[in-house]
Amino acid sequence: MVGIVVFPGANCDHDAYHAVAHVLGASARFVWHKETSLSGATHVILPGGFSYGDYLRCGALARFSPVMGEVRRFADAGGPVLGICNGFQILCEAGLLPGVLGRNEGLRFVCADTFVRVESADSAATRGLSPGTVLRLPIAHAEGRYQRGPGGLDGDGATGRTLLRYCDEAGETTRAANPNGAEGNVAGVANRAGNVVGLMPHPERASEAVLGNVDGRRILEAFLRC
Amino acid sequence: MSAIDAETIARHGLTPAEYARIQEVLGRDPNLVELGIFSVMWSEHCSYKSSRRLLRGLPTSGPQVLQGPGENAGVVDLGSGLAAVFKMESHNHPSFIEPYQGAATGVGGILRDVFTMGARPIASLDLLRFGAPGNPRTAYLLAGVVAGIGGYGNAIGVPTVGGEIAFDESFDGNCLVNAFTVGIVKADRIFRGSAAGLGNPVIYAGARTGRDGIHGATMASASLGAGSEEKRPTVQVGDPFTEKLLLEACLTLMKSDCLVGIQDMGAAGLTSSSVEMAGRAGNGIRLDLDRVPVRETGMTPYEILLSESQERMLLVAAAGREAEVEAVFREWDLSVAVVGEVTDTGRLQAFFRGELAADLPIGPLTDGAPSYDRPAAPPRDLADRRRFDPVALPPLDLAGALLSLLSRPNIASKEWVFRQYDHQVRLGGVVGPGGDAALVRIEGGPLGLGLSADCNSRFCFLDPYEGARHAVAEACRNLACVGAEPLGLTDCLNFGSPERPEIMWELSESIRGLSDACRALAVPIVSGNVSLYNETEGRAIQPTPAVAVVGRVDDCRKTAVAWFRRPGDLVALLGRAWGGPPQLGGSERAALAGVTAGRPPPLDLELEKAVQLACRTMVRAGLLSSAHDCSDGGLLVTLAECCIMGPPSERYGARLALDPGDHRADLALFSEEPSRIVVSFGPERREEVERAAAAARAPFSTLGVVGGDALAVAGLVGLSVSRLADAWRGGLPAVLGR
Repeated sequence: MVGIVVFPGANCDHDAYHAVAHVLGASARFVWHKETSLSGATHVILPGGFSYGDYLRCGALARFSPVMGEVRRFADAGGPVLGICNGFQILCEAGLLPGVLGRNEGLRFVCADTFVRVESADSAATRGLSPGTVLRLPIAHAEGRYQRGPGGLDGDGATGRTLLRYCDEAGETTRAANPNGAEGNVAGVANRAGNVVGLMPHPERASEAVLGNVDGRRILEAFLRC
Repeated sequence: MSAIDAETIARHGLTPAEYARIQEVLGRDPNLVELGIFSVMWSEHCSYKSSRRLLRGLPTSGPQVLQGPGENAGVVDLGSGLAAVFKMESHNHPSFIEPYQGAATGVGGILRDVFTMGARPIASLDLLRFGAPGNPRTAYLLAGVVAGIGGYGNAIGVPTVGGEIAFDESFDGNCLVNAFTVGIVKADRIFRGSAAGLGNPVIYAGARTGRDGIHGATMASASLGAGSEEKRPTVQVGDPFTEKLLLEACLTLMKSDCLVGIQDMGAAGLTSSSVEMAGRAGNGIRLDLDRVPVRETGMTPYEILLSESQERMLLVAAAGREAEVEAVFREWDLSVAVVGEVTDTGRLQAFFRGELAADLPIGPLTDGAPSYDRPAAPPRDLADRRRFDPVALPPLDLAGALLSLLSRPNIASKEWVFRQYDHQVRLGGVVGPGGDAALVRIEGGPLGLGLSADCNSRFCFLDPYEGARHAVAEACRNLACVGAEPLGLTDCLNFGSPERPEIMWELSESIRGLSDACRALAVPIVSGNVSLYNETEGRAIQPTPAVAVVGRVDDCRKTAVAWFRRPGDLVALLGRAWGGPPQLGGSERAALAGVTAGRPPPLDLELEKAVQLACRTMVRAGLLSSAHDCSDGGLLVTLAECCIMGPPSERYGARLALDPGDHRADLALFSEEPSRIVVSFGPERREEVERAAAAARAPFSTLGVVGGDALAVAGLVGLSVSRLADAWRGGLPAVLGR
């Protein structure tokens, strides 16, 4: 059962639920941020939105929500956790993922389709996808400029790894393909163990043919297989 | 209480005659609090005193109408137990004074109007007007307004899926921000703003009341002037986070049966919400102002009653159910308090520290507000406006004219704008922004809503009657392009000062045009808004009777996009091909030569109906690859757009034959004759398509075939798709100087 955490101000919670439960047929339930139990969830999603309005640094308040203690215990025990957009920001603020997400280089909100290249299959959201696979996924954020933490990514002693990079349709990680100025075109990362994943793109928005894109299903299906 | 002198009355936007009427109604002098209440309730914004008589003639009924004008929003039946709730409203003056907050709170206000009725908002549109592209203030206002719309809509999680933007120097001193929202509700769970049931508690919920926005409604009912920036404190500050909590709390509460009525506190705040709710129920309301949650100390009754602080709701609950209501709002960390009760006095009675601070009869504040039959007369320069000979336009090289038109901000790609709007949240975006109409899937099924907002202000400037008819026709035509059948319309009438006869003439002619077109196309007007005094220092905006139409799509898996999708598809025109002389009155082609003159193209609503029916039938049968309305810039611009509007992987040229006959090609190909749609379809569909056109009695002519990497019109013009795309995509960023 997938637990979808609802912070006040979350607005992609229903979308995540729809994709997981109605499109992919998994069982799911909402977990209110004031709860202190995940009620037996086997997977946890922190959905997108504007937790607490994000008037401060994105996710800076949500990390203090009562439910986050339980999310941390779940993650530490190896449970699969997927943070999408605001969920990614919250996971970084909570220290469950390395790095920070700063204001977009252009200083504006960007809602657009992007292409991303799979860099590592070693995570809860990319297992089974071949590195080099190019997916078309939408983004919608004002704070998505990823910057590594002091521990770096991917190297010896790094606290996390790169999962997705923004690229062009052919898979080249060009400057022009980078929508927000993220360091190394990074669009998604995992912790060292690979069970905690943060993505700026929204796979749940790309999981139905009627909406014109099903590439996101591959991410969600990989996550649900964990 | 302080004495009411002539200056105080004038400062409250009331005329001496109106003040005399207040004295007569009360049989005494009002106190200052009461004067403030009359000031906002009798403002143009709240009372529609200059437009009320004219609005009575609008067609507002139809079998699908569940709620017409007069409520917070209109409601139409969608079948299968669902209904669509929608409205459009202006936030022009605040946006000119403070673009980010003005636009943001415009979005916040229209969202509340919709969820007040029990509906979950599923999509928004915005119709915007700015001054000349070269005016330095234009870039500032555009950037601020777009950021404000995105800042509010993105945060609350309601997608902004479309709209319209145009530029003209008449908006230099008064931009337009018209915000539209549609929501979905169960048809048997519609809530209304009624204070029914004597003794029922009146409950305040949401954000606390501050000193912001006092007299916003009065500000919005006056012309802008040199000192307008000093009015910045009357612009409210939006808080989409609180509104998101309020939305969820209200929708949660509405699942129970403890609510009797509910209304948002918009313009004129606590005053108008309580007065209007009491008025609709024929009751009175007692308010205990000491119980209103306030944000600041020392607030006076005047300030509490007239504050326009955002994100607040007034509710009437069933007696004895107060605790349930309070519990829901507390769970969402919102302020909530019982602030009064429904009475049988027919009066608004507001107590403060044990004293009666205001005691006014409801009737004169609402239905009994002044209503003026203001003089109307055509503008003196109307004949000059209409004097126009298209053949006198200097000849232009066809390719150069096409590239120039594509880069004009009115025509150019609006991607810079809609990239800043979250248009995908809630997983409804089947056809997104940038095309003719948006198509939004309704949760749970193949049912979808087509949405389009339109108005050609230049046409309305030249002929407000014809311009208004064009607005309705184009909005419905846009819906036809995605296969949607119009169900209802909401309008937002933006005009100058009604105290000038030519403005009243523009208003009454526009309303007549809206009525006629809506009757002919069988589209009822279910909600709307009037915004007057859109002028600065005596200079009015081009009249802009904006409309937004909501239509139904039974199966949104069967739709069409605006751009060519497959090489080898045939390209055809639905609608009259090459008839009479080029129609260039008020056109982009004329504006390119610096001319705004003439008459709008004639509009034959029977032909219009036939073209729309043909297109809708074809889309619904899954016959078409694309359908694109032919409007601003005319046929050649439309064909170029079909080549460049798609994503980079779907950009195809076309080989076409267009014979302008005896007419100059640089005029005929840019004629803005209405009732035309460019369609493309697989050659194997040709017979079915022709049969559908004939069945609908829509003229049909084949123009050519999709393919190649250039738009090639035999013997006339050949331009690569990439050059067309660069011109079109670069137009708006050039305005913004970046």
